[in-house]
Amino acid sequence: MPRPLVTILGKAVKNVAGLRGGGSALPGLVVEHIYPEFIQHTLANLPLGVVVICGTNGKTTTTKMVVELLQSHGLTVFTNRTGSNFTRGVAAALLGDIDMRGRLHADIAVLELDEAHAVHFVDKIPPRYSLILNVMRDQLDRFGEIDHTSNLLRHIANATTGKVVLNREDKRIANIAKSLDSTKVSFFGLDESLLKFFPSDDELHGVSTNKKTAVKADVVLLKFNDNSGTFVIDGEPVKTNLKLNGIYNVFNAAAALALVRAILGKDTIQNELMETLSEVTPAFGRGESLTVDGQPLELVLVKNPSGFRLGLKSFNPSDYATMIAINDNYADGRDMSWLWDVDFTSLAKVGVVQVSGIRAYDMALRLYYDEVAIKNVDTDLKRALKRFIKNYVGKPKRIYCTYTAMITLRKALSKVTKVEVVK
Amino acid sequence: MSKKSITILHLYSHDMNIYGDMGNILCLKKRLEWYDYEPKIIEYNQGDKFPIGVDLIVGGGGQDSGQSKIMNDLIKIGPHLKVLAEAHVPMLMICGLYQLFGKFFKTAEGEIIKGIGILDIETYGKSERLIGNIITHSEQFGDIFGYENHSGQTFLGKNVMALGRVHLGAGNNTVDASEGALYKNVIGTYLHGSLLPKNPAIADFLIKQAVMRKYGKVTKRKIDDPYTKLARKVASNRPR
Repeated sequence: MPRPLVTILGKAVKNVAGLRGGGSALPGLVVEHIYPEFIQHTLANLPLGVVVICGTNGKTTTTKMVVELLQSHGLTVFTNRTGSNFTRGVAAALLGDIDMRGRLHADIAVLELDEAHAVHFVDKIPPRYSLILNVMRDQLDRFGEIDHTSNLLRHIANATTGKVVLNREDKRIANIAKSLDSTKVSFFGLDESLLKFFPSDDELHGVSTNKKTAVKADVVLLKFNDNSGTFVIDGEPVKTNLKLNGIYNVFNAAAALALVRAILGKDTIQNELMETLSEVTPAFGRGESLTVDGQPLELVLVKNPSGFRLGLKSFNPSDYATMIAINDNYADGRDMSWLWDVDFTSLAKVGVVQVSGIRAYDMALRLYYDEVAIKNVDTDLKRALKRFIKNYVGKPKRIYCTYTAMITLRKALSKVTKVEVVK
Repeated sequence: MSKKSITILHLYSHDMNIYGDMGNILCLKKRLEWYDYEPKIIEYNQGDKFPIGVDLIVGGGGQDSGQSKIMNDLIKIGPHLKVLAEAHVPMLMICGLYQLFGKFFKTAEGEIIKGIGILDIETYGKSERLIGNIITHSEQFGDIFGYENHSGQTFLGKNVMALGRVHLGAGNNTVDASEGALYKNVIGTYLHGSLLPKNPAIADFLIKQAVMRKYGKVTKRKIDDPYTKLARKVASNRPR
């Protein structure tokens, strides 16, 4: 089929799917099927190439930051914003941005990719830059094992033609550098005083790892508090205000800075970077703060044990009404065992006022074994949300939720408050 | 009067401990507390001295790298474990350690990994991974709910019973409907989930056997557990 025809057809499907309020990947699926080289052809000639961002946790927020930082330098950036990080999600996003002749008007593409899909993607489209954030146990029912996932990530790094940016503090990620030419590698890292906030997957299971490292990192997060962070960039400390919640988002900022510095090289304007960074807000559902009845309501997406643990460590539960919503749809992962790899005792003091989602009773049972008091359990998300809002007027609220639970909750919340619409 | 203690040995807590295996230890610990016993948890990892005075043993699953790491050590402590198993010490072995408690594991490439032979079972590595929600039934424990994720297929010999018969999912293998194995008080199973919190009948069986062996009789309080039944009910209606 000639290219313009594919483009028109794809755009038409996208419009129809949009009207139906349908999933973001459907149009991409259609195009992928009738014109498999679509992405490859469209991305091949971008002047600054393709950037791939991978890792278990933090892809969406980091990608958002990288995009905004590059835009601050006047670049036109293509990205798969919806968090639909499979290949067909990329195809779907491309359909929205190309002109009728199938051309993409952008300087660079920044793509967040799920590692299992990224391995195939990089074989077709070698990225010029890649950023690998971390590897944690996530939906092992899909990928198998963490060592296997590390190998997928190594493959992505090896396929990268320019610079690879790696997390110095994640042993499995830092080790990838060994199979690369050292001039190709740049690291981001943490000051020693902050390492305790980021237990590695092995440490969650009682294996102590010697964390001190002699490897120099391009960007290091030195310290942070609620609304500011200090980074050491190329040896110099730089402080900036932040609108990002939670230390894991601030660490993602270090990753984004290191990647953007690798891309822009000597053209980096540091003031511009820091000013832009101070205005970046988290991606939807990643510590996103809404306002309900004049009080903040925070949505914290939890997908795996390490992410849940980090969330619990980052956000102080006192003064907040806490709700947890756990679904087990395919996108959440069907396996509930991960809840048992998270320690909930930090919630014992204040309790959890509302538990919901398809697997609400699994969550309640988990809390019961950590002796965390529960006010109400209701598998119906909308009803539970209504009760949660009604019963805790005048109190800040926080909801820990899995992916599909978050989608339902945001939709319900959009009826009572302003919720950013993600196209 | 000081409380009666029960010592739980967590086998290879560093290398064989995934998919919520911690939940099984937590479940035993809490239920013992709620029954007014004093649980003591000790860990055994490779190279450690094998402890004495153990009342209950729990071991979990691992990645391939974890399994190859502990193999030689397990063969070394195998005789200790065998003596305890024959002496009716209750044990729960999940997935990886369930396989290694058997006679051997033959990998898909034909390599034979020797097990410690406490359970009369043989396991064969396959390319297909058996993944998903699983429901089995046992006369002794009722319905058993969990999640399986394994590529090894296990076949039972004459000297073991199946733990349950599969109602949803695969179980030991894709040929017969058996799941897990039971020999004396040793339970082996592929069920993560974690197994024990949602299947407290099995937890209480292990606790009862441990207490009986040590103290001769069981004094048990009733546990006020408001969520297990409802969590089981939801699990009974979830897709594979």
